[in-house]
Amino acid sequence: MPAVSAIEVTGLEREFPGGIRAVDGVDLEVAEGEIYAFLGPNGAGKTTTVRMLTTLLRPTGGSARVAGHDVVSEAGQVRRAIGVALQEAALDPLMTGRELIELQATLHGIPRAEAGRRGEALLDRVGLSEAAGRRVGGYSGGMRRRLDLASALVHEPRVLFLDEPTTGLDPVSRKGIWEEVSALNREGTTVFLTTQYLEEADQLANRVGIIARGGIVAEGTPASLKAEIGNPHLEIGLVDGSPETAAQVCRAFGRPLPERDGKVLLELEGGAGDVAQVVRALDEAGILVESLELVEPTLDDVFVAKTGEHIEEEASG
Amino acid sequence: MADALRVVAALGRRSVRQTFRRPQLVAPILIFPTLLLAVQTGGAASAVDLPGFPAVNGFLDFMLAGAMLQAALLAGNTGGIALAVDLEMGFADRLFASPISRYAIVLGRLAGTATLGVATAIWFIAIGLIFGVEFEQGVVGMLTMVIFVSLCALVFGALSSAIALYTGQASVVQGLFPLVFVILFLSSAFFPAELMLEPAASIAEYNPLSFIATGVRDQVIGGLDAAVLAETLGAIALVGAISFALSAVALRRRLRIG
Repeated sequence: MPAVSAIEVTGLEREFPGGIRAVDGVDLEVAEGEIYAFLGPNGAGKTTTVRMLTTLLRPTGGSARVAGHDVVSEAGQVRRAIGVALQEAALDPLMTGRELIELQATLHGIPRAEAGRRGEALLDRVGLSEAAGRRVGGYSGGMRRRLDLASALVHEPRVLFLDEPTTGLDPVSRKGIWEEVSALNREGTTVFLTTQYLEEADQLANRVGIIARGGIVAEGTPASLKAEIGNPHLEIGLVDGSPETAAQVCRAFGRPLPERDGKVLLELEGGAGDVAQVVRALDEAGILVESLELVEPTLDDVFVAKTGEHIEEEASG
Repeated sequence: MADALRVVAALGRRSVRQTFRRPQLVAPILIFPTLLLAVQTGGAASAVDLPGFPAVNGFLDFMLAGAMLQAALLAGNTGGIALAVDLEMGFADRLFASPISRYAIVLGRLAGTATLGVATAIWFIAIGLIFGVEFEQGVVGMLTMVIFVSLCALVFGALSSAIALYTGQASVVQGLFPLVFVILFLSSAFFPAELMLEPAASIAEYNPLSFIATGVRDQVIGGLDAAVLAETLGAIALVGAISFALSAVALRRRLRIG
């Protein structure tokens, strides 16, 4: 349980007209200085949760406190403490990058001179100094996200909410955002991010909450979640010989799994340390190995184990 | 309070900049009314000879007020469209997630609309001066026209904003565009109400826009009349009270549904 909470959510609910429960009893707690990833497929309730935590949407049940303030009764204090970069980078294409940062500073009551100084520093930080005088409409997707991130930081928020910060970005831009988020977190900012990318949650987050159909189905560090569902497995491609014989040899090292694409699959009871012994045993049995791949459990495996479904494959690309 | 005014001013500046950076927003405010003014002044100038037509030096003297009010109403409509676009594309969420008064967000947009009202009034005064209109009330009258047109843009802008906030759809607000012309043509903005046929004449007689048109026009062709000024401000206040109340209700509803 986190010592000092940046976000505390208890039984949070949001029901839309027609009885649609987008968020159905979410409980979570995020410690100060943590990166918490809310992982789930489209429509799981991630954005609705973020909209409630950022005071943009009133909960219909439960409660939530952000930076020590209630999101309903102390919404103003919450807004002063948070930075928000919402999905799709809601920027005005007719504004320049610099104008947007200046406007954001004005919205947070930062004096003009200070706003200018902070704005230039942030634009420099996200690599947009040269483009700052150009209209946002001419920015690439990655530039827009970086500008959105910079604008969310202009008042030095305690808690930063990022709603799918890298959706639709190319791998290079995505990595750039990850590095920036990590750097911000090292400087002490608590980050709550939603994502449908398994790798993003795995790489960035201290803890992950997996959400499906409006509720959290699993929560923990990426490593603990993966450990929860089982050991790594070995995929063995054979040059020759029968998969049945190979599976028989492997049985001493763990539980054989159903064959896939002609490969023998083995769940290693002793973990990755058993790989060398497996190879040696196969060699001694005269079975020639063509390929060997150690596959660690992924967060998608966790998701499958908890919900019986995959997080959309196209999203994890 | 100072911070709130600074926010309103900043959002107003953004609104004006946005309009001038998007030609499709400038066109209805300045170009359409100017073209309509040119066409009407050129094609219907003999209307001044109709019995009962107010005494004017030329048809442009009469039409200038109509062109200004058309521009003011379209500036209001354009402001509503821009607000709806902000809601549609999520920019409004950026504003709603900031620690500012929710009303400041709408007032900022309306401050921009009122500024556009000032700009359009100056534009048409300049056209009048170039084409020989004699402003009976001189500089004071011109300033009065600027204030009335700006206030007119403000209150009709609030009406468009209410619809934008209620629907959240730019296409719906854009759909009001033809309605602007219905309201204008059923007032004395372009033609004296006394010379209209029924039922248009009765509608025009009570249309608040007719009172505003008279207040603006009198600065060109009439004398200084306290009753007319009071009626003009009264009409603006009436429309303003309704439109601001509707805006406030629509804003609260928008914040409630998220």
